[in-house]
Amino acid sequence: MSHNLILRIISKFLIPLIILFAFYVQFHGDFGPGGGFQAGVIFSVAFILYTLVFGLDSAEKIITPVVLRILASLGVVIYAGTGVASLLLGANYLDYDVLGKTPVAGQHVGILVIELGVGITVASVMILIFYSFAGRDRD
Amino acid sequence: MIDILIDVMLMSFLAITAIAIIRIRNLFAVIMLFGIFSLLSAAVFVVLDAADVAFTEAAVGGGISTVLMLATLALTRQQEEKPPAHTQWLPLTVVVFTGAILVYGTLDMPAFGDPDAPAQQHVAPYYIEKSQTDTGVPNMVTAVLASYRGFDTLGEVTVIFTAGVGVLLLIGSNLFKRRRDEDES
Repeated sequence: MSHNLILRIISKFLIPLIILFAFYVQFHGDFGPGGGFQAGVIFSVAFILYTLVFGLDSAEKIITPVVLRILASLGVVIYAGTGVASLLLGANYLDYDVLGKTPVAGQHVGILVIELGVGITVASVMILIFYSFAGRDRD
Repeated sequence: MIDILIDVMLMSFLAITAIAIIRIRNLFAVIMLFGIFSLLSAAVFVVLDAADVAFTEAAVGGGISTVLMLATLALTRQQEEKPPAHTQWLPLTVVVFTGAILVYGTLDMPAFGDPDAPAQQHVAPYYIEKSQTDTGVPNMVTAVLASYRGFDTLGEVTVIFTAGVGVLLLIGSNLFKRRRDEDES
């Protein structure tokens, strides 16, 4: 795989754009189509493309399976933790109204944070699953 | 008029792709056709004005699952085994019968986008009227997914997390074992 010059150059050019688009989808999900789930998938695609072109060993140097394992759980913790935070502030679980000064501001904060949790979990789980498949033929 | 034309085109492409998937024995071609099928489904969702669903379908169905199936193919062989020798009449009868019942079931369904349909009468009017003042989020789909149905989405994220854990437990041990070996040596 290492000699495909065109693939390497084109993917180096594409990967930053894919990641940028993933962030756009993540943080623009309030206004247009998209959200944490789609953004996570698109973000993971950038890493999958990198793994396909440059190999699993170089990909693992950028983001190791151990880190991914932690990130995958961190996303769920962020989401569930938002619910706990609203509980501690005296509202129902996952009721974001109390997270800001006004209910609408609270909703904005809550939605932003939980979408971030969704994105982190989806992206790291997708990369982990691909790593698992790609790592099968190692030995 | 143009809507019907697009619908007919997309649906016939879907049918052609499905038949091709059944007929072709080369698994690489089948996986590519699966990707095309997902992309066509995404186009159908766009026609139905479900942009968020189309987005997900294109990214997950057309992108990730195709890559994952290709990765699986790398671990197995390219050609499907010879088709089973038994007669195909029984499966065909079952499929035709089930399909006929499903088509029959659609006959008394409300028309597409009918405001009086039961599905539009439950909580949808509340979301349409209140989501803007409740959450201030212009995209109603996001408001429903992340705020009104926050519990559902938390469940979905947990499902994805669990799926990742399952895959890691089944085939992911190489990833971590190898590192430990390196540390020891």
